[in-house]
Amino acid sequence: MTALPEEEDIMLRNAPADPAPLFPRDRAWHPPAYTPAYKTAVSRSPRLPLVSVRPTAAENTGPRFTIADLGARDSDLLINFAAPGQSAIGERILVHGRVLDEAGRPVPETLVEVWQANAGGRYRHRNDTYFAPIDPNFGGCGRMLTDADGWYEFRTVRPGPYPWENGPNAWRPAHIHFSIFGSGFGQRLISQMYFEGDPLIALCPILTTLPDAAARDRLVASLDMNAAVPLDSLAYRFDIVLRGRRSTAFENRPEGN
Amino acid sequence: MPLKDPYLRETPSQTAGPYVHIGLVPAQAGFDIFEKNFSNRVEGEGPRIRITGKVLDGLGAPITDVLLESWQADADGRFDNPAFRGWARAASAFDTGEWTIETVRPGAAPNSDGTMLAPQIGLWIVARGINIGLSTRLYFPEHAEANTADPVFSRVPPHRRETLLARPKGDGNGALGGVQDYRFDIVVQGEGETVFFDA
Repeated sequence: MTALPEEEDIMLRNAPADPAPLFPRDRAWHPPAYTPAYKTAVSRSPRLPLVSVRPTAAENTGPRFTIADLGARDSDLLINFAAPGQSAIGERILVHGRVLDEAGRPVPETLVEVWQANAGGRYRHRNDTYFAPIDPNFGGCGRMLTDADGWYEFRTVRPGPYPWENGPNAWRPAHIHFSIFGSGFGQRLISQMYFEGDPLIALCPILTTLPDAAARDRLVASLDMNAAVPLDSLAYRFDIVLRGRRSTAFENRPEGN
Repeated sequence: MPLKDPYLRETPSQTAGPYVHIGLVPAQAGFDIFEKNFSNRVEGEGPRIRITGKVLDGLGAPITDVLLESWQADADGRFDNPAFRGWARAASAFDTGEWTIETVRPGAAPNSDGTMLAPQIGLWIVARGINIGLSTRLYFPEHAEANTADPVFSRVPPHRRETLLARPKGDGNGALGGVQDYRFDIVVQGEGETVFFDA
């Protein structure tokens, strides 16, 4: 086996000096800032309109991450906080999907970070006071890089729903938080993945900050029996799309694309 | 004939929620899980600066569960320097709401359209109650001329530009060989509202 030449390693980390500009973001598809049904947003939403500008080098470029940033077990939430020989309590699942951009290109080698409540709906966080117990073998976070074709995959337990103080009887549907980078800082995105068939989805004031039913549907992962591991775990498929770019410099050949 | 809609649509944003720390800065959530962690410090060649601030809500109260990320060029204005990752991640303190990023002073950078970007640090802000990350930029008052020529700063109505300027602390020139401190408070809503960009 030959080691990767150092120069190539550097090439991977090195964003193009003048990457192609990002597509404009469709703000009507995203949630508005001011969403009174989600109460916390009321005092945390700008009142003045965003100032629209063309993406500059500051948006078109972004940080690069490599496997050197990660540990070997970071993407396995079943065991990445568990005592040796132990694993998290709950319904074992595999979550996988592809990160693409709006032009349909895979987004390779990009950092995906996830966090979630445990199977009982409790977060390992000093500010979470819900009385469901902490699972001593579950941290609730993981991270990974997409492969050359944009695929990611992690193992975890299905998170539980939990009550919150948005209303007298408000409950969050089971969900996993996702943070994705892309190749330009203007693609930076945080979202949440929900589970197909969860009756709490229709009642969630955070999911319904999205005005468009088609947009809400995009956050619901489907049960994927082809990826389920027999006698081990069910699987859910969740594809992610980041802002696209005009043709890259590399593809922008004189003879045309 | 082209397809009716040949493009995919972006995954819609959702709030980072109150427990964003678990995923992005687990030490702040109260536990230690990864061997390697990201930090609020950018390493690299060049003069050091430290930015401290708060993010304030519409009532003027600090948002104590905010998470910020910064992205910038190196001291020579390069975004693509393989030896320099101009990115940091900081969470506000749960009691005071104060956050800090320590980094290298960025240089002016060439933009793709031939203009020059004034020295600046891009900031991206997420928290509970913020449905889609807010993007702003920190500029330096020492570079008034470059700021005026900057293709983004110059698009901001003049009476709002001050919201994008960091305030130097101390003598304003930085202690020799030391770290120059700046203050940068961000007002999410209301009087003195910071300019946020759709870029």
